[in-house]
Formats: sequence, structure tokens, C-alpha cells
Amino acid sequence: MRVLAAMSGGVDSAVAAALAVEAGHDVVGVHMALSRNRDQFRTGSRGCCSIEDAGDARRAADVLGIPYYVWDLSERFEDTVVADFLSEYEAGRTPNPCVRCNEHIKFEALLDKATALGFDAVATGHYAQIESREVALPGGGRRTVRELHRSPNDAKDQSYVLAVAGPERLARAMFPLGGFASKDEVRAEAARRGLSVSAKPDSYDICFVADGDTRGFLQSRLGSRPGSVVDVSGAVVGEHDGAYAFTVGQRRGLALGRPAADGKARYVVDVQPATNTVVVGPAELLSVDRIAGEKALWFDGVLPPVEPSPSLPNPLVEPVETPAAVVPSADEWFDAEVQVRAHGAPVPARVRSIARPAGAYGDGIPDGERPASAADGSDPSAPAMEIELTGAPLRGVAPGQSVVVYSGTRVLGQATVSRAWRAPAPR
Amino acid sequence: MTVTTPPPDPARTPLTASGAHGEPRREPDGAYLDHAATTPMSAAALAAFVAEAQRTGNASSLHSAGRTSRRAVEEARETLAKSLGARPSEVIFTSGGTESDNLAIKGIFWGRRAQDPRRTRILVSAVEHHAVLDPAFWLAGHAGADIVLLPVDREGRLDLAALRAELAAHAAETALISVMWANNEVGTLQPVRDVVRAARPYGIPVHTDAVQAVGQAEVDFTESGVDAMTITGHKLGGPVGVGALLAKRDLALDAVIHGGGQERGVRSGTLDVASIAAFGVAVRHAVDCVPDRAARLSALRDDLVARVRAVAPSAVLRGADPASDDRLPGNAHFTFPGAEGDSLLYLLDSAGVQASTGSACQAGVPQPSHVLLAMGVPETEARGALRFTLGATSTEADVDRLVAALPQVVARAQAAGLVSGRAMGGMA
Repeated sequence: MRVLAAMSGGVDSAVAAALAVEAGHDVVGVHMALSRNRDQFRTGSRGCCSIEDAGDARRAADVLGIPYYVWDLSERFEDTVVADFLSEYEAGRTPNPCVRCNEHIKFEALLDKATALGFDAVATGHYAQIESREVALPGGGRRTVRELHRSPNDAKDQSYVLAVAGPERLARAMFPLGGFASKDEVRAEAARRGLSVSAKPDSYDICFVADGDTRGFLQSRLGSRPGSVVDVSGAVVGEHDGAYAFTVGQRRGLALGRPAADGKARYVVDVQPATNTVVVGPAELLSVDRIAGEKALWFDGVLPPVEPSPSLPNPLVEPVETPAAVVPSADEWFDAEVQVRAHGAPVPARVRSIARPAGAYGDGIPDGERPASAADGSDPSAPAMEIELTGAPLRGVAPGQSVVVYSGTRVLGQATVSRAWRAPAPR
Repeated sequence: MTVTTPPPDPARTPLTASGAHGEPRREPDGAYLDHAATTPMSAAALAAFVAEAQRTGNASSLHSAGRTSRRAVEEARETLAKSLGARPSEVIFTSGGTESDNLAIKGIFWGRRAQDPRRTRILVSAVEHHAVLDPAFWLAGHAGADIVLLPVDREGRLDLAALRAELAAHAAETALISVMWANNEVGTLQPVRDVVRAARPYGIPVHTDAVQAVGQAEVDFTESGVDAMTITGHKLGGPVGVGALLAKRDLALDAVIHGGGQERGVRSGTLDVASIAAFGVAVRHAVDCVPDRAARLSALRDDLVARVRAVAPSAVLRGADPASDDRLPGNAHFTFPGAEGDSLLYLLDSAGVQASTGSACQAGVPQPSHVLLAMGVPETEARGALRFTLGATSTEADVDRLVAALPQVVARAQAAGLVSGRAMGGMA
């Protein structure tokens, strides 16, 4: 196959490219330039986006003997990932830019251009596995479904941030590191091939936020907007420079002058962009056991039929005849696990898919309080998701985060959290 | 202890370059259509390089080894000067075109300003190579220079009226003028003699970067009237890493590289005898070949242009009319609406055809060409640029290979351009 290896300049993508070459594919390395002014991006050798990283990627491609190109995706990155990051914080929500980058850049802009240029697949250094499985069709016959599974390397597993790409796009993806159980093994593979990035440190921070200073970045792009910090009774307990810089569950950086009357630690429990107000309260208020998700997406063979897009030729996926339902169809609750942050643990839950107008949820939540509805301009009939946690409540689930539904290692679906709350009656 | 035969002394073992004398080395595999980036070294130049590289001797030393090296350098200087219509004393050897351009821009600016501090203006055409533009803008940022970018017409030719108006208004503050002999991207020859005529009444020195022209067009330093001229080895069959600045003896030219005082104190550093010897041979060969080569390459280029237009009708030829005398014979440059240059480049490379977008990269990211933008080409169209340049080893088979691959390459690149949304504005 003709494979485009996305090469960040890090060790993972370099080894992924090497494995694709050794598997006999015709491989071309591509480094994505995500900023026009790359000296403004984090310098040093920790990230994916600096000039040093581009040089490391080029060097790795040279060692592998494959062509290497830099694709300028900076405009798309600014228009999608960075713009979403700013508007979500502005709306009082908590975005995950790595999820948006996978959604809009790696598995959209990059993948679509690669497909148009005649590539069959895009290989990345992600830790996750794509598995093919034969399923029986209700009317007889069989078909292959593509499943996304966790990496055996729990610490590095990236299925959470990949789920957003969905089954159609991931069918054109290739994760050569999917079976690696540890990063040390990957480093050893890099060293064995003479790849100089073998000892390069991992990257953690948001690539476009210098020095990890998210608040400073937001202020530089959104400006100073002084406002009040109030407690749950509405009493003003402090000031801030912009409600957008706060995220639900945050404790640090509140700079409250007076301690709470009960002496307990206070957390951000709500961000109200309309009034530029940050609400603080005790930790108990952060505990939730109900989550509503919007922009829900289900994997192949999980729930409602996934129609292959006619506009994109997809050499890796066989024609879909009839969907094979693996779990009950829409509206029916099923047991699964959900994960709400990249490095969080999955927790048990009941989940259902919903695709109907607001007001029909039947959970006693007034329509006006359900952000998944037309209140935020989204299509109320768009696929959504409802989740009831069946174990202990979770703390700090903020609107804007991704929620990913698992069954064991398998990803069933994902959505963006629109609201998280505590069920009114004790359960 | 056993007595062993000493290994053969490499200095006494003559190495022979592959290929017959005068024939160039093999060019890269596939159809190599990027001779303006670099062109194969001629066998004669390679032989001269090898012969000198086997000898030990610092050309500045006074003993016999030094004298032998010195002689090779001076013979190369004389050969080169004669081929380019200069005097040997006007040849300053450098490490290549970029260094020569830096020496010219900075050295003349500093020299002229030392004579008269009011002379802060540097006039350059908007289509100069970065090796001219960047030193000029560096001087603007660090030494108080004022840069005037002289406009060009739609074919990339200097607007002489704009130059004359600029000189009429600001001659007393002008340090120098730099206008290239031929543009590296679109191949347009510049009216350098007219620039000299305009500058002469004011006594303003003129520099020209002629790296693309020598070996493809008639270039005569003295006859052109310029005060300084950049040339380089690897664009005409010599080695990479050697070049020269031809500079009139009365030109105010400060040194950029200081040290042992070589090259009349303007360019210090131990002379690279092997490269210089090979450079001399290559220049003589390239200049001697110009009439024949220009005729052959023009014909091949005209064929390439006609056949590209036939198989890719949307292609737009940029630069001067090939039928005129204003274009390098080996240059063809197109923009392909709706396609991005790097997509075209990748797809052609996969098909064994090596070409160039012609413009500079910033950390590997292709930038829309400043040359095309200066010619008035919209940015979306400028992104779809592809340059094909022919040289001594180019054949009809190279053009055949390009023409065979091109239709599918353009279609694919346009599909990718549509998806990426970057080059869409260029769709007809």
C-alpha cells in the first residue's frame, strides 16, 4: 500500500514510520507545520511543532530512506483547533485541543489530502489498535467491522483522543505501535534502527501554548475582562481577569482573599460566560453521576448504521450492506464503561444513544437547562448520548470534555460533554 | 620486524574521472529537471579537482608546495577572468553565490557609507534571490539601511522607469543598486546594461547576481559595466562550495570575513585550491559552450513548454516569452491552477521526475514565491508553481518522462488542492 507516515519529530511516529516501511509499504513521511510563526511555538525538543522537531522528523525520514515533505496545515489548525480552544474557553467550557486536532487536522485535513494524492492509509505513532472482526449479518452472510481498541500500554493508551475520528476515517489509519506494551520497547526499536530521536523526551503540554501557560495564552488572545468570583450564595468573594480562563474543577489560581466560612477548600463549580462570573463552591458540588453528550458518534457495528461517505473512496473498508447490531439499538440503555479525560480511569455506566428533540428526555431536567439542545445553537435532533454512572460519582466533569464509551478494551462511541449533573433524588 | 611494502602514495597515483574528458558526471536517476538548483559537475572539472585535492599546499605559503598551489589558483583566476571579460585582479574567490552576494551588499554598503554617511539606501529588484534580499534587510535592521524594492512587470522584468525616478529623487542617499542578471525562478533576463546606464551619471555602483546566467547566456563583466558580479561553481558544472565576486578595483568594498588577508584583504581564509581549480575549468567550458548549448536548450525547452501545454491545458507559463531573447534557454516555469506546488513536486518525484517549486521554504514549509507575487500573480495561483530547468545533460527522454506523468499528476494535485482548500482560489 501507499502509506503516508505522519512524522512529528518524536520517537513514536519515527518508529511507526519505520515499521510501515518494514511491513513492505511504499511510505512517504510528512511533517505537519501547524504554525506560521514556529518560533512562537514551544522551543526545545519536547514537542511536535518546533523547527527542531521538523528537523528531527526529516533526519528520521532520511535514516529510513523515505521521501519527506512538510505540509503547511497552519491555517486549518488556527481555524479549527485554536479557534475552538478559544471559543470553548470563552463559552465557559473545557476543550481538549488534542481531540480537536485528531478530528480536524490529522484525520481530516491530513487524511483527506493524502487520500486525494493517492495514499491508501495514514500511519501515525498513536498507541491504540484497530482490529478487524467478522460479524454475522441478520439476513445471513458476514461482513468485516473495524474496531478501535485500547493499547496494551495503559499509561500511553490514546484511544480516548482517537475515538473522535470515528470508524470511517480510522479505517484509513494505521497505528503500527498499537501492540507495543511499553514506551521503552518503542525506544529500543528506535535505537536499534539508529534513529537519533530514540532518547527524546515525551511531549505533554499543549503545543501552541508556550510554557504550558494556558491562562497567559488565553489572555493574550482574548484580552483582559475583569469580573467577579462568587460563591454559591451569590456573594462576591474575589475578582478575576476573565472568566474564560477558569475551568470547572479548578482549585489553583483562584486568588480568593477570604477563606470560606466553613474553612474548606473551594473549587470552580461553574463558569458563566454571559455574566463573566466564576462560581466557586465546595468539592461536593463537583460530583456528578449524570452526563449528557452532544455530537455523539458510534463505531462500526455498535449502534445505528454508519453510512460510508460517498465522497471519499475507502480502499480499506468493504462495502457495507447491513449494519450488524452488537449492542441494543438507539434509545435502549446498555452497560458499558465511560472515560472523561485522557489519562483518567474508565468507570461503569449505563449509556444510551438519543437522537430526538429536547423535551423528550424524561429525566426531569427542564429543556432550558440542557445545553445539548438548541440553546447553544446545535441541532436538537443531532445524535446525542446520555450516561448514568452506576458506580461512584465523578468529580470535575466539565462541558467541552470528551466522553468515550468503552466495552473492555473496545471503543463503542464518543461524545462531547454538554452537561454533567447530580441526579436530583438519591439512588 | 617484517619489512612491508609501503602502500602506494595516493598523490602519485593519478585518479581518472569517470567518463570521457569533458563529459559531465552522471546526473541523478530519473528525469532530472532541476538544473537551476544544481547541475552535474563536468568530468574535466572533476579531474582538475581530484588532481589538486591530492596535493598538499597552502596557496599563501612561500615554499615550493605553497607556490605550486598558488600557481593553480592564479591560473584558475586568469582562466575565469578571461572567460567572463574581467581582469584577474577583479576576481575574489568565495565559498559561493550566497557569500558573494553578502560580500557585495554589505561590503559595498559599508564602503560607500564610510565615504558619505548619507548613503543609506539600497535599491534591489523585488525579484532578487534571498541571498541578496536577506543581507539587505539585515542591514536595514542592524545598520540603518533603507531598502527600496524596485517593482517588476508581469514577466518579472525590472521597471526601469521606477529605478530612474528613484535615482532622480534620492541619488545622493543611494549606496548601491543590485539587480540580478537572470531570475532563478522564472528565468527572465534583466536589463542590467540599462541599470548601469541609469546609475552611471550618479556614480552609484551596480551589483548583479549572475549565478543563473553564466553558461546559459552571454555574460561579460567589463562590457556590462557593472561594478560587481556574483558567480558560483555548482550552477555551471563546477563544484559546490566555491564562487567568486568580480569587483572593479576602484569599488569601495569592505571585507565581511576578516583574517589572514587573502584575496586582497576583502575575503580572508585559506584558499580552496582544488575547488578553485575545478571552478576555473568549469567556467571556461561553460562559457565556451554557450552558443551551442543555448540553441539546444532553447529548442528542448520550447518543446517542453508546448507539450506541457498540450497535456495540461490549464498550465500558465510564467516569465518572459520563450520566443524573446529575454529568457534563460533552460527555464520553463508554470503555475497549475488549483494545485499546490509541493503536491505536484511529490507526485512527480514518485513518477521519477525531479523538478522544483522554485521558491524558498521556511523550515520546510513552501512559501508562495515572492517573485511571482512581485509579478502580480495572486497568492492562490502562486502556490501552484513548478519550475523545470534544463542543463548540459538534459535530453528529449527527460521531457518525454515529464509529459507522460504530468496529466495524472496535475489531476491528483488539483483534487488534493480542492480538499485542502488552499489553492482553490486559483481554479478557473
